[in-house]
Amino acid sequence: MTIQQINPLVIFFASILTSNMILSNFLGMCSYLSVSSEFKTASGLGKAVTLVMVFTTAINYLVYRYVIEPLDLVYLQYIIFIMVIAALVQIIEMVMDRFLPDLHIKLGIFLPLITVNCAILGITLFMVIRQYTFVQSIFFGIGSGVGWWLAIIALAAIREKMAKTKLPRGLEGPGISFIITGIMALAFIGFSGIFTIS
Amino acid sequence: MNESIKQVIARNTWKENQVLRQILGICSSLAVTNLMFNSLIMGLGLTFTTALSSLTLSFMRNWIPHRIRMIVQTLVIAAYVILVDIFIKATLPDISKALGPYVGLIITNCIIMGRAEAYAQKNPPLLSMLDGLFAGIGYTAVLLIISFIRELLGFGTLFGFNVNFIGFETWTIMVMPPAAFFIIGSLIWFTSNRAAAKASTKPGGKKP
Repeated sequence: MTIQQINPLVIFFASILTSNMILSNFLGMCSYLSVSSEFKTASGLGKAVTLVMVFTTAINYLVYRYVIEPLDLVYLQYIIFIMVIAALVQIIEMVMDRFLPDLHIKLGIFLPLITVNCAILGITLFMVIRQYTFVQSIFFGIGSGVGWWLAIIALAAIREKMAKTKLPRGLEGPGISFIITGIMALAFIGFSGIFTIS
Repeated sequence: MNESIKQVIARNTWKENQVLRQILGICSSLAVTNLMFNSLIMGLGLTFTTALSSLTLSFMRNWIPHRIRMIVQTLVIAAYVILVDIFIKATLPDISKALGPYVGLIITNCIIMGRAEAYAQKNPPLLSMLDGLFAGIGYTAVLLIISFIRELLGFGTLFGFNVNFIGFETWTIMVMPPAAFFIIGSLIWFTSNRAAAKASTKPGGKKP
């Protein structure tokens, strides 16, 4: 079976459970660690990331298929992808401000942060390397976003619960977050084998 | 007032190590560290990019309009990453495959952007280059430490050579993602504990 024949729904669930962006691909760690001390904010960031991921995979797929490949610009793909992502985030922000002001107030502050989030560029590159079709790419984008959101709210919920816990010196903050993430990743290994996508 | 070269070296490799103290560039330091050779290549690629992008951006610092500096920085960084990517693809195709998207992801590695924003913007070119160079070396060192533990326990090899002389059972978990989180968490715990111990003993003047 070639990769193009995989059911998009399989890709969707696989990118949430078995090849989760954070827990098995380690992408988007910076904001994952720094914006996970409060559940509400973490959830907002997770949703914003999902939104941007869906749009970037769709647009970058089209850009790759119809601009980069025909013009033989593969060596410039990183620059083009980065520019597309930066422009796209700006456009999403403007459109949201105009038509969905409530949502913009909730998610707007996170949007500039997302431009430099490596998970966004990461899924674009994974999409290109694995040669997904258009529909598969969209499902991959949604699934990766949901998986990222799931991981960050799980960490934020745990950190909120243990905010008052006394920890050994030096383990507070990032140290304990890594240990928690490690245990979560261990749990997610339990899903491996249900789906395979690469 | 500029720092001396010695200070730049000490600050970047140990005192403010980008990975362990600043918690930057985590993504790639977790993803590529199951083999030492991959980590070394990744570290060298990042060192090259950080040093040269800091140098270039420092040369250009007086001409970049403040409002568009982020996009200029990204473009300069991306240009160097493309060089690194093409070089690795041409000389080490296997490694390029194993590293996959993580070479391209050097662009969004926070270390480079961080050095450009925090240092190259205000300091002369040569110092900026040294700053970038040693930030990269600090990063490479951490990668090698993590991959040393993971490759030794996970495969029983070092740089691909078998060192499993006593024939111990290899730990499959070390090759898998969770181990990366545990090891880097423990390293951060260790270094921040050391830093905290130093800070708490200083005022009293006692030796730690």
